[in-house]
Amino acid sequence: MGYVLDGQSFDGLLSQLSKEYLIYAPVRISGKGAYSDTDLVAYGQISSLDEIEYNEKSRFSPKELIYPITQTLFYFTEDEYKEPAVSQKSIIIFCRPCDVHAFRRLDEIFLKNGDFRDSYYEAIRRKTVFFILECAGSFENCFCVSMGTNRVEGYAALLRPGEGQVTCDVDEHFAPLFARYGKPAGMTPRFIEENSISVILPEEIDKNIFDHQMWQEYSSRCTACGRCTVSCPTCSCFTMQDIFYEDNPRCGERRRVWASCMVDGFTELAGGHGFRKDNGSRMRFKVMHKIYDFRKRFGYDMCVGCGRCDDVCPEYISFSGCVNKVSSLAGEVKKDD
Amino acid sequence: MDINTKKIIKNAYRVTKKRGVTALRIRVPGGRLDVGCLDVIKNIAETFGDGTVHITTRQGFEVPGIPMAKIPQVNEAVAPLLAGMESAIGVEIADLNHGYPAAGTRNVSACIGNSVCTFASYNTTDLARKIERLIYPNDFHVKIAVTGCPNDCIKAHMQDIGVIGMVLPVYDATRCIGCEACVKNCLKVSSGALNMSNYKVKRDHQRCLGCGECVLKCPTSAWTRGEKYYRLVIMGRTGKRNPRLARTFARWISEEAVLKITANMYGFIEKHIDRSLPKEHVGYIVDRAGLPVFREEALQGVGLGPLGRVEDYIPFGGYENR
Ligand code: SF4
Ligand code: SF4
Ligand code: SF4
Ligand code: SF4
Ligand code: SF4
Repeated sequence: MGYVLDGQSFDGLLSQLSKEYLIYAPVRISGKGAYSDTDLVAYGQISSLDEIEYNEKSRFSPKELIYPITQTLFYFTEDEYKEPAVSQKSIIIFCRPCDVHAFRRLDEIFLKNGDFRDSYYEAIRRKTVFFILECAGSFENCFCVSMGTNRVEGYAALLRPGEGQVTCDVDEHFAPLFARYGKPAGMTPRFIEENSISVILPEEIDKNIFDHQMWQEYSSRCTACGRCTVSCPTCSCFTMQDIFYEDNPRCGERRRVWASCMVDGFTELAGGHGFRKDNGSRMRFKVMHKIYDFRKRFGYDMCVGCGRCDDVCPEYISFSGCVNKVSSLAGEVKKDD
Repeated sequence: MDINTKKIIKNAYRVTKKRGVTALRIRVPGGRLDVGCLDVIKNIAETFGDGTVHITTRQGFEVPGIPMAKIPQVNEAVAPLLAGMESAIGVEIADLNHGYPAAGTRNVSACIGNSVCTFASYNTTDLARKIERLIYPNDFHVKIAVTGCPNDCIKAHMQDIGVIGMVLPVYDATRCIGCEACVKNCLKVSSGALNMSNYKVKRDHQRCLGCGECVLKCPTSAWTRGEKYYRLVIMGRTGKRNPRLARTFARWISEEAVLKITANMYGFIEKHIDRSLPKEHVGYIVDRAGLPVFREEALQGVGLGPLGRVEDYIPFGGYENR
């Protein structure tokens, strides 16, 4: 069902929703970019339409809202432990189509990975609703079309922000509320059908590609800074930390904290994939995981083509460029057979 | 030929090896100029000079080979430069057709700063221009430069007043993944102010230089930029008697404090300069009057803020040539 809301009505809607939900969206945080006098676009809580940064891709993905960077799993004393309380409220996340697809990948990893269900992830995920921000155009480095993540179906709401108003397509559950704040309007969702970057995915990967010299280039270029994995909406590796409080070492807490396969010291944690000292091997591991290994297990690719890895790499290393290199090599290797 | 050399020197000309021939120094506050000015400079060099310019160490231009007799015409030709690079930034020039009104206080130079450089903590061009507005025209012999970060590409350490950009790094422990990139890097390239404790990072503010490297290295924005601050290094100099590097006088102070201290320094010179000498350089005045006197007068009316720190004693060093 379609509705159009002016800015003020939309803010009224948000205020109504905030009684039940914590509402998050990409926001512009002034002066918090790494370089001076630049902004950071990242996820934050909002209470008005104006706060949503619609015209720029967020540097960090919304995954941190459901899977926090640092999460206390429990507090312990000598003889007991206690899990921290979780907020009673549900969560609304304004995000892009590719981001919703990324959560499907995380669900796979945290909720459907064999017998294991991650209760911490599930506790927040269960309560989460996505409001899709329709993409007005493809951003730099996006390749969602190649990854089939450009379209979404079965959403709670899809929004098209425009001059002082928002046009929305809403499901049955939210329709009465939107009807209260807006006017009925025709709304046919538009999805991105073409990116300036496209990626060809290799069907089969010969083991010769693992040993190919193409990875050597990355050994000299990649600085193992970890930005690509931190900004990636589908990277899910973590490490456990037991903290013993300084003034009372008999009490403490267990935390889980994001880890990155691209960073020194995290190699042992990424799930027994062996010791990858040089950065080219790390790059190979990351790329293969995103476009091959995950697929072998779950039937589709892990990468959603958001392009954040390329956006943030200080060495201008292109992940999509690397995938295309792998694909053309896969073709060649096949021909040689 | 009757030329008042004192007068032409104040007008930014100099006495050269060749009798009757002078050279003109053109200021470029902050070292950044509209390329349109280059046409004016080119025209002066071609019409009155020898068709060359020398790029000075203070980021100005010197046009050699100008006949002293042509000074009045050159001064008229200089008007668009005064209008474009001085009046335009708020410097009061009484008469644009008489050339530079003073030359004692040298061009305020600046590194490229945060319009380009990733390390810079602030816009150096803007600050250089603010300082120019504050202190020019002035006959006192003073050298000032501003630099975006402690890398000090402009060599603030060779100035009477060198302004070095700082930023207060702000840490959000919940965003930290403990990768230690900031810790290792701070030790390697900066001050070693960071260390890990219980998997999170602790910063020793006493050691921290405010270089912002930790912010640049952090993949998660656990470190972000807080307030901008400045460090002032003072009384560095080259020259014959006692060359030395400038040393830190104040750190973690605001831009407002930088400007006030700079203005106060001119008051100090006014009060203590030895007028029996043809000129006295500020560093030697401070040597004579003593740092405590300078300190007291420079800090008059200056708000240091909660983080501001000023040195009581500075072991300047350098070496004596006599
Ligand atoms: S690998 Fe890159 S393009 Fe793919 S999901 Fe991760 S950040 Fe996005
Ligand atoms: S962002 Fe670039 S340099 Fe950093 S780890 Fe990833 S590929 Fe390497
Ligand atoms: S001093 Fe710092 S800010 Fe200025 S150019 Fe050098 S590195 Fe950049
Ligand atoms: S600002 Fe510079 S000196 Fe201070 S902690 Fe960060 S890297 Fe170290
Ligand atoms: S660089 Fe950032 S994430 Fe890594 S240890 Fe430092 S603060 Fe933590």
